[in-house]
Amino acid sequence: MNIPYRPLTLGLVALAFCGIVLERAQAGGDDYFPPVIDPVVKEECGSCHIAFAPSMLPARSWKRMMGDLKNHFGDDASVDPETAARISAYLVSNAADTGGKRYSSKLLRGLAPDAAPLRITELPKWVSKHRSVPAWEWKHKDVRTKANCVACHADAERGFYED
Amino acid sequence: MQQNLVALLVIAALTVPVSSFAGPRDDLLAQYATAARKETPAFSGFSAARGKTLHTQKFAGGKPDTPACTTCHSENTRGAGRTLTGKAIEAVAVSVTPQRYTDPAKVEKWFKRNCNEVLGRACTAQEKGDWLSYMISQ
Ligand code: HEC
Ligand code: HEC
Ligand code: HEC
Repeated sequence: MNIPYRPLTLGLVALAFCGIVLERAQAGGDDYFPPVIDPVVKEECGSCHIAFAPSMLPARSWKRMMGDLKNHFGDDASVDPETAARISAYLVSNAADTGGKRYSSKLLRGLAPDAAPLRITELPKWVSKHRSVPAWEWKHKDVRTKANCVACHADAERGFYED
Repeated sequence: MQQNLVALLVIAALTVPVSSFAGPRDDLLAQYATAARKETPAFSGFSAARGKTLHTQKFAGGKPDTPACTTCHSENTRGAGRTLTGKAIEAVAVSVTPQRYTDPAKVEKWFKRNCNEVLGRACTAQEKGDWLSYMISQ
């Protein structure tokens, strides 16, 4: 077990500096991404992996993703058309480049204005933020995939990506 | 006499919340039985033992990284599972997670997805009923 120090320290940091974190969150800090609160989106997009924060991708990415849920990274994530429309509306209106929020503008830095990536983990800014993570850590059995944010960011589901 | 009455009331109070969930599961099993009879006229009921085999068996027809139901769901049906992306899954045993299998659309959605992932095809009504019987017995 080489990993647990990270969740542990993150947990402690989160506890110790709760006040500070909240303050920064309210001010729209760089590392706070409001979690999904819509129950349908949580249920349909949060059972295979955490419900990724809509503010981590631009609206055009969410539209592209919602256009083909049948082939979702090799999985069938399809839902009925009504549910899809509801999810789509939620993701698009809370996306990184809509809704007038500024939390995530930094995460989109370096992304071509017409690029619609399907992966958060392929955003240039995400890649550069994670350059310091060694290869063995990505392959660790408790991580397995870059999309497993909670393995390293214990508070990811609540929107915090503090280091 | 009075003691018996009290005991009865206690039993009733204890069983009501449980049985109020049993309805949709029984209906679902009945639907699968009807469908199974159509698939194979020789259908002779569901078996929790066969369900257990289905749950733990390794298949070659699906995706290489998900050879079995137990890749994500725990082999110990009363324990928590985990998807490949690290998301925790509540226990599949009804005794541990009593609200399970009470929403037929949810059950069908996941049978469709997961059977395709693991077996590379849809599950038969017989397989679904067997698997469900196993989880209800757990
Ligand atoms: C049936 C399971 C399943 C469901 C349901 C599902 N996903 Fe996924 N999702 C996956 C898999 C598998 C991956 C790829 C994970 C990996 O790379 O390890 C993925 C990846 C993603 C990624 C990219 C992660 C990265 O690498 O940056 C996003 C964003 C995403 N999903 C959003 C959604 C949304 C939105 C929904 C709801 C409409 C949804 N997912 C529903 C299985 C699912
Ligand atoms: C293997 C561990 C690991 C995984 C998995 C991981 N991260 Fe990180 N992440 C880190 C580390 C370490 C840093 C800090 C890098 C630095 O500041 O030098 C970081 C930094 C970040 C930051 C910047 C925070 C800040 O303070 O600026 C964000 C945002 C972030 N990660 C999001 C994600 C998301 C979203 C996922 C899942 C899609 C994810 N991470 C998966 C290890 C990980
Ligand atoms: C790739 C991971 C994965 C595999 C493999 C997998 N499942 Fe699942 N399963 C899930 C997830 C995620 C859920 C939804 C979360 C939940 O219900 O807690 C789920 C839910 C279900 C449900 C619905 C539960 C309910 O409460 O209604 C059934 C039924 C089910 N799975 C059956 C199976 C069977 C049968 C197999 C093997 C053939 C299997 N699963 C293999 C991930 C998986």
